[in-house]
Amino acid sequence: MTGVGYADRLYLPADTAMHRLPGHVKLVAALGFVLAVGCTPREQFWAFGGHAGLLAIAVARARIPITVLLRRLTVELPFLAFAILMPFLASGRRVEVLGVGLSVTGLLDAWNILAKATLGVSTSIVLAATTNLRDLLLGLERLRLPSLLIQIMSFMIRYGDLILAETHRMRIARESRGFVARDVRQVPVLARSVGALFIRVYERGERVHLAMLSRGYTGGMPGLLQTAAVPAQWAGALALPLAAATVAAAAWTRS
Amino acid sequence: MTETSLEIQGLVHAYPDGQQTLRGVCLTLRRGERVALLGPNGAGKTTLALHLNGVLTPSAGTVRVAGLPVLPQHLAEIRRRVGIVFQDPDDQLFMPTVRDDIAFGPANLGLRGQALDRRVSAALSAVGLAGHADRVPHHLSFGQRRRAAVATVLAMEPEILVLDEPSSNLDPASRRELADILDGLDVTVLLITHDLPYALRLCQRSVILSGGVIVADGPTADLLADADLLARHRLELPYGFDVRMLDSRPPGQPPARDPARSSPC
Repeated sequence: MTGVGYADRLYLPADTAMHRLPGHVKLVAALGFVLAVGCTPREQFWAFGGHAGLLAIAVARARIPITVLLRRLTVELPFLAFAILMPFLASGRRVEVLGVGLSVTGLLDAWNILAKATLGVSTSIVLAATTNLRDLLLGLERLRLPSLLIQIMSFMIRYGDLILAETHRMRIARESRGFVARDVRQVPVLARSVGALFIRVYERGERVHLAMLSRGYTGGMPGLLQTAAVPAQWAGALALPLAAATVAAAAWTRS
Repeated sequence: MTETSLEIQGLVHAYPDGQQTLRGVCLTLRRGERVALLGPNGAGKTTLALHLNGVLTPSAGTVRVAGLPVLPQHLAEIRRRVGIVFQDPDDQLFMPTVRDDIAFGPANLGLRGQALDRRVSAALSAVGLAGHADRVPHHLSFGQRRRAAVATVLAMEPEILVLDEPSSNLDPASRRELADILDGLDVTVLLITHDLPYALRLCQRSVILSGGVIVADGPTADLLADADLLARHRLELPYGFDVRMLDSRPPGQPPARDPARSSPC
């Protein structure tokens, strides 16, 4: 059982300066950029063009193919479906577009969601494509996220594949004995399978804990092997959120 | 330094439900010896292993590792001295990369920086996985994962290496590769298995654990040639395997040197 590697599917290996940046630097830069975008007044349309331009530079420097970016952006479609309804549902002053009366406030709300969500999701796509999961954990560790949370995330990444494979084997075992999930009457069988899976995962947890104890675990992780960031890396990475903050500040002064 | 790696005296263990799995085990391993602990399923082999590094506490009896008694105040040192390789390598490899996993034990011992890097590299080289440090454990083959699991405890430079069913689920080539690696290690080994040919391949001496006590202790070839003894303890050689046809001395092992016997209890 080698697993499908679901956990690192989003990472696009390449040798760029963006890829080489330590995880914590990229996390701070991404968070700063998203905050700057979030603080930009929605009426200042040009500012979002500025943000998009800055992000486009990051995408180009990370050598992320535009088709990959667009394909991954589809994850926000369900949220946008809600945004599209807003001009029809919101109250207040209305304008006529192609013969349909739309709420001005609703249109602005929809635009706000569309622009900010797209920029936010794109930022996380760039982060995930340039940072493997280990570096992401290292980054969170360096940013002083509680050790217990890091450990939980680390185990989720490590054992996610194994649990999926276990689920798959249980499904094959059920189907090999003629089980077909047709309707609600099959729910008890599936519920028992979920229960059995829980017990197996729990038992594995106990065995992993034993293995950890046997190698000197006393409750705290010794820390992964870390790489520190040099000032030039900080400067390069923080240029993005600082430029976005400047755009946001300019937008506020004009609004 | 003492000549005895492991000394178990009158070890008794009962689980909280009252089930008694070990009923007075006595066993002594000399430094550098490779000993197979044989026994059927449910004989208490793994329970015994978990007493060696203090994960389980005996109901009675004592365990000493290189002279140091297994007691709560010595647990850190005991866990450095006793390296247990568990049966399922996925239980043993729990970190994001092979490097992190191998560094876990030595880092818990306080090693950092270059000293830690050297430990990791040496352990990886010892199991033939140099160059795989940055691999994700679930991307390795099962045989590679088993070897990486061995490396995780080798990195702690143990006094004694305890392997729980190391040959299980391995294809023949992976079995041989692992045996070659174990052959090359200069460390005391307790090999827990019911794979009798594997015990013969690697260990000059074997003990049989059955019903919670050591019922036989002697040269592996002699024990495996005693069909009645094996049958009494639900052990069987594979079909067609005749121990008398083989050289009784496992390859890589020194000539017989009167192996240490378990002390009478």
